[in-house]
Amino acid sequence: MKCSNCGEREGVVSLTTIVEGDVRTSSLCAKCAEEKGIETGVGVADTPLGGFLAALGEADAPLAAALETRCSGCGATLRDFRETGRVGCAECYQSFDAPLRELLRRLHGSTHHTGKRYSGVQAVQSLPPPANLRELREQLRRAIEAEQFELAAELRDRLRAEE
Amino acid sequence: MIDLSLLPDGGMAWLEASGPGNHLVVSTRVRLARNLQRHRFTARNEPPERDAILGEVERAAAETRGLGHAVRFRVDRLDLLDRQLLHERHLISRELAAPEPAARARPGSGLLVQDHASVMVNEEDHLRLQSLQSGFALEAAWELVAGLDAELGQRLAFAFHPEFGYLTSCPTNVGTGLRASVLVHLPGLVLTKEINKILQALTQVGLTFRGLYGEGSEVVGNLFQLSNQTTLGKSERELLEQLGKLVRQVLEHEERARQILLRDATAILEDKVWRAYGLLRYARTLSFEETMNLLSGVRLGVGLGLIPNVGMYTLNKLLVFTQPAHLAAAQGRELAEDEVPVRRAAYVRRILEEEVGRRGPSAGTLPT
Repeated sequence: MKCSNCGEREGVVSLTTIVEGDVRTSSLCAKCAEEKGIETGVGVADTPLGGFLAALGEADAPLAAALETRCSGCGATLRDFRETGRVGCAECYQSFDAPLRELLRRLHGSTHHTGKRYSGVQAVQSLPPPANLRELREQLRRAIEAEQFELAAELRDRLRAEE
Repeated sequence: MIDLSLLPDGGMAWLEASGPGNHLVVSTRVRLARNLQRHRFTARNEPPERDAILGEVERAAAETRGLGHAVRFRVDRLDLLDRQLLHERHLISRELAAPEPAARARPGSGLLVQDHASVMVNEEDHLRLQSLQSGFALEAAWELVAGLDAELGQRLAFAFHPEFGYLTSCPTNVGTGLRASVLVHLPGLVLTKEINKILQALTQVGLTFRGLYGEGSEVVGNLFQLSNQTTLGKSERELLEQLGKLVRQVLEHEERARQILLRDATAILEDKVWRAYGLLRYARTLSFEETMNLLSGVRLGVGLGLIPNVGMYTLNKLLVFTQPAHLAAAQGRELAEDEVPVRRAAYVRRILEEEVGRRGPSAGTLPT
């Protein structure tokens, strides 16, 4: 989100002011925060993403050398991430595993997802998964023998489609 | 102008004040951030890829129960006023509404709405599934969103990492991708000056608070949106339970603060809520911020039984319909800047008059 003072740069400090019980939150970029006399050094470090992104730019930080490495999926660099705070694709999480893992740890206090596990795209139809042709012919033969004509018709259609 | 009447309840069933705890809680929202494995994320993709994403999502959604009959909007093809209307109804984010005059709507951005659920497409993440419910209703909101997630996840390949969980554009949403928020009205804690202490305590235990319109919006009218700060390391259930427990504690503090005010500062409190009512009822110009603050006073008065005959539903409706795009829509044209406060005051007067009649409620007697 943009700085609520200049509206140009990305806000890095979240500022909460309470005046006569009236609570307001706003976001300031480092420059405006400094102009308003807010200790940005402390402030930036206080927001994990802001502090982390700032550290990525420090010359002596071990990560500085890696800033130009490109993600094999989307071509984004760590520098792009530092500038936007957004990754470019799912693969970025592998391409930049070490810094992102560290960032996740700082943001969430953990890197291990313990919630719902995604089981992938599933065949929504009730048909069993496709088998090879020989197996389908064998199933068809058995279905006819057992006089399971509905199943046989279904298997015949699938065989035709496969063939 | 778009026809918002196409939306079930105008997409605003959450205003109906029918939900649990509605004298303290306006609404509950749960959202899940999801991305498609095969596509670049929003920060790195271009309009043709976004169109493809929108197409894939719409096709998948059409096959689901949760969104099979959804009303669909191409947000990028709506004009500014319509986008603002959707934003004021909490159906699209500020990011998608792009309200600054110079800003263009994001190409490929879309919205699907069905009943209490909706999906924003090509926002910061490819999909933002959300459910907005009236009152304090974390469970209902979660059930709905979880159902949508399951149905869509069978048809769309979501980006999922074996260790990190669901992957998102911004690392702050990785893991569950879940943000649950409860919009609470806390005038008691503000008046007793306890609010600061409470909010500080909340941030220490992993909660965050925002204004009426979420991230980056200011707190107005003593309305606070309390939500989970982290999304990784705890399960969805744990996140919801923790938020629910803490919100209940905040609400207990609020109730207590109100009782103390009622006991120790009866005259001041009565005066405050009736002044708020009087101004809303008779003022000829009203700024948005003043309106929100006065509505807060009246809401408090109604909640404490000091002001009779005004419904929470009316007060909720005023939160939305006194905003600039809604005032403009009511006139069927754009409003000049100095016209807005006048139209707003006229609208509030009319609604309150309709609610309570010309003479209005007489001062209620204090519960003893």
